[in-house]
Amino acid sequence: MSLWKIAWRSIQQRSLSSFLTGLSIALGTALVIIVLVVYGVVAQSFREAAQGYHLILGAKGGKLQLTLNTVFHLSQPIENVPYSFFKEFTEYKDANGKPTRGKYASAVEVAVPYCLGDSYQEFRVVGTTPDLFDKLSYGSFADGRPKFYEFSSGKNFTVDDFRGAVIGAVAAKKTGLKVGDRFPITHGLAEDEDAHVHEEDAFHVVGILDPTGTPNDRAVFVNMEGFYLIADHAKPVELEPKSAEQQEYKEQLVRLQAVDAMIERLLANGKLEPGEADEVKKVESLLKEMRDTFDAKTSDDQYQATAGTTLDPGKQDAEGKIVPLPENQREVTAVLLLLKNDVFSQILHNKVNEGSVAQAVYPSREVAQLFEGVVGHVQTILLVLAILVVVVAGVGVMVSMYNSMSDRHREIGIMRALGAGRVTVMTIVLLEAILLAVIGGAVGVILGHSAIGAFASVIADNTGVMIHFLEPAPAADFGGWRVSPELVLIPALILLAILVGFLPALVAYRTDVSRALSQSP
Amino acid sequence: MLLLTDIQKAYSEPDGTRLPILQIAQFHVDRGEQMLLVGRSGSGKTTLLHVIAGISKPDSGIVKIAGRDITQLSEAVRDRFRADKMGYVFQTFNLLPAFSALENVLLGMAFTRNAADVDRARDLLKRVGLEHRLSHRPAALSVGEQQRVAVARALANKPQLLLADEPTANVDAGHQQQIVDLIRETCREEDVALVMVTHTAEIRSQFDRVDELSDINQVDH
Ligand SMILES: Nc1ncnc2c1ncn2[C@@H]1O[C@H](COP(=O)(O)OP(=O)(O)OP(=O)(O)O)[C@@H](O)[C@H]1O
Ligand SMILES: [Mg+2]
Repeated sequence: MSLWKIAWRSIQQRSLSSFLTGLSIALGTALVIIVLVVYGVVAQSFREAAQGYHLILGAKGGKLQLTLNTVFHLSQPIENVPYSFFKEFTEYKDANGKPTRGKYASAVEVAVPYCLGDSYQEFRVVGTTPDLFDKLSYGSFADGRPKFYEFSSGKNFTVDDFRGAVIGAVAAKKTGLKVGDRFPITHGLAEDEDAHVHEEDAFHVVGILDPTGTPNDRAVFVNMEGFYLIADHAKPVELEPKSAEQQEYKEQLVRLQAVDAMIERLLANGKLEPGEADEVKKVESLLKEMRDTFDAKTSDDQYQATAGTTLDPGKQDAEGKIVPLPENQREVTAVLLLLKNDVFSQILHNKVNEGSVAQAVYPSREVAQLFEGVVGHVQTILLVLAILVVVVAGVGVMVSMYNSMSDRHREIGIMRALGAGRVTVMTIVLLEAILLAVIGGAVGVILGHSAIGAFASVIADNTGVMIHFLEPAPAADFGGWRVSPELVLIPALILLAILVGFLPALVAYRTDVSRALSQSP
Repeated sequence: MLLLTDIQKAYSEPDGTRLPILQIAQFHVDRGEQMLLVGRSGSGKTTLLHVIAGISKPDSGIVKIAGRDITQLSEAVRDRFRADKMGYVFQTFNLLPAFSALENVLLGMAFTRNAADVDRARDLLKRVGLEHRLSHRPAALSVGEQQRVAVARALANKPQLLLADEPTANVDAGHQQQIVDLIRETCREEDVALVMVTHTAEIRSQFDRVDELSDINQVDH
C-alpha cells in the first residue's frame, strides 16, 4: 500500500474537517484564479487599448487627459486645435483644388481626427473619418498579425455620408441601436447640466462593430462632417481684416482707443483743464465716426473670407451635395497618427511639442504609466488579498491537522510498531496536507473558471472584454520564465502544504511509540 | 532466534530519580518456539516486549534477533528490521479505523521493501475465518474479529517472531481459546517463534514453556 493511499485514508477518516479545510483552500484558490484571469485579461485589454497608432496630438495641456479623452473616452474634454493643424499631417486639395501635402504628411501613414464633446445616452460620440476603421488596427494577435476592425452588421460609413454613424459593440448592445436606426446626439456629456439634444441633426447607423475588447466598444462614431454641421459646433469666426485699407483702419482704431482711455483716466483724476474738455469731446465724436466706418466695412463680407462657396453649410448645393462647414470654422480635439516608420514618432513628437499649437503624446507610454500607477496597484492589492485568503486557508489546514494529531497518536504508534520509520510517518502527514491542498486547489481552479464562465457574458456586455471559460490567466514573468500564473499555482500550493503540514508532521515524527502504544485511544 | 543478555531498563520519574523496571541477565527463545510470559500487572511485561521489538531501547544490554543485535542498529534500520522480522499483536485497538480488514493486513506489508502480496493477505484472512469480511472497517467488526485481523496482519510479512501482548484480554471467554489456538496454529504453520503475554489461567496450562517475569527479572516490584 502506497503512502499516498495511507494519507488519503487519513483524510477520509476525518472527512468533515478535511472537506471544510479543502473547501477553504478551494475558495481561496478560486478567488486567486478570478483575480488573475479577470484582472489579467482586463489589464491586457487595457494595455492594448492604445495600439495601432504611434502618437496622439491634441491641445497643450495634460497628457493624461488627452489620453483618457481619446483612448478611453473618459474625463472632461480638452481644448481643441485648429483644423489647419490637422491638415499639416494630411494630403489635401487647396483652395484652388490643387493637391497639397501638409508639412508633415510625408511621414504620416494615416492621420485620424477626433472631434469630441458630444454624447449619445451614456456613450461618448467621436466625430471622425472612415480611416479610423479602414486604416487603423487595434492591437495584434499572439502571432503578431494586426487586428482590424470588423463589423458584426452593416459596414463602415463613407466620407460622403455626412450623417453616417458606426456604433461600438457594447454601446450598440446597451442602446439597442441597429443598422438603419436614426439617433440624435447630445451636445455636451450626458451628465452635464447644460447638455441639450440636437433632435434636428440625427445620425443614422450604418455599421455595428464587432467587440474589440478596447474602450472603442463603448463609443459612438459619427462622420466628422456631420458632427461639424450640428448647431454650436462651428467655431465663431474671428474677423480678420482682409484688405490693406481695413488693416490701416484697424490699427488707427487701436491707437485712438488707447488715447481715449488715457483721456478718460485724466478726466476721472480731475487733471484736465475745463477748456481741454471740449477738445476731448471732439476727439470722442471723431472716434465714434471711425468706429462706424470700420464696422460697416468689415461686416459686409465676413462669410466670403474663405474662397469657394457662398452657400450655407449644411444646406444642399446645386448638385444636391451637402455643403460642409468651412475650414476656418472647424476644429479637432485630437489626431491619431499612424506613421510610415517607427523612427518618425520621436521626431514628430519633439516637433509638435516644441511648437505652440499642440502637444503630442505616446499613447502606449501614457497607458502604461496609467496602468502602473493605478490599475497595476489595484491588481497587486487584490492578488495579495486573494493569496492571503489561501494562506489563511492553509493555516486552517495546519490547525485542523495539528489538532487531529492527538487523536492519531495511537495510529502512528501502530504504524511504527508495524515497522514504519519516523520519516515515513512524517511523510504520510505531509502527503495528507499536500493532497488536501492540491485537491482543494484543483477544485478551486475549476470553481474559479466556472465563475468566470458564468459571468463572462456580463463582463463582455459591460466592457467588451471577452473572457473564455477555460482561458488561463495571461502569462506573467517569473524570474525570466513567462508562464501563466495558474501553472505556478499548483507548485505554490504544494509548497504551502509542506509549510503548513510541517508542524503536524513534526508531531508525528516525534511521537514516542512506546508511550503511544500504552495509551488507549 | 531471540537472545537477551544483561538487559537493563529504567524509566525516569518526574522528580528525576530513575525507576528500574527490567534487569534481565538472560532470556532466550528458540526458533519456532512458543512460550508464555506471565507476571503481575506493572511488572514490566509490556516494557520487555517493547525492548524486544526495538520500540524502546534498553539502557544497556544486547537484544539479538536472528543473529543481529538490534540495539546497535540505527533507528531507521531497526524500524525496517521490525517490519521484516517481527509481528506484534496488542491487547486492543490494533487496527487503523480508516482501513478495511484487508487494507489493515496489507498495512503489515507496507513498510518493507517487498511488494504488497494481496493474495497472501486474503489467504491469511481466510485462515482466521474472515474471508467474508475483507472490506469491512474495524468499526463493523466485533472485538474478537478485530483481534483475528490483527493476528493476520502480524503474520503478513512472514515474520520470524510474533509478540502478542494479552491478545485475548478484551475478548469474551468463549472466543479467547479460539484466538489463542489460531495464533498458535498459524505460528506453527509458518514456523514463527511466539512470545505471548497473558493473565488467563486456562491458557497457561496449554503452553509447554511458561516464564514468570519475576523469576527472570532481578528488579523486585
Ligand atoms: N513511558 C513510561 N514512563 C514511565 N514509566 C512507565 C512508562 N511505561 C511504563 N512505565 C511503568 O513501568 C512499569 C511497567 O509497565 P508495563 O506496562 O511494562 O507493565 P505490564 O507488566 O505490562 O503491566 P500490565 O499487565 O498492567 O499491562 C509500570 O510501573 C509503569 O507505570
Ligand atoms: Mg502490559
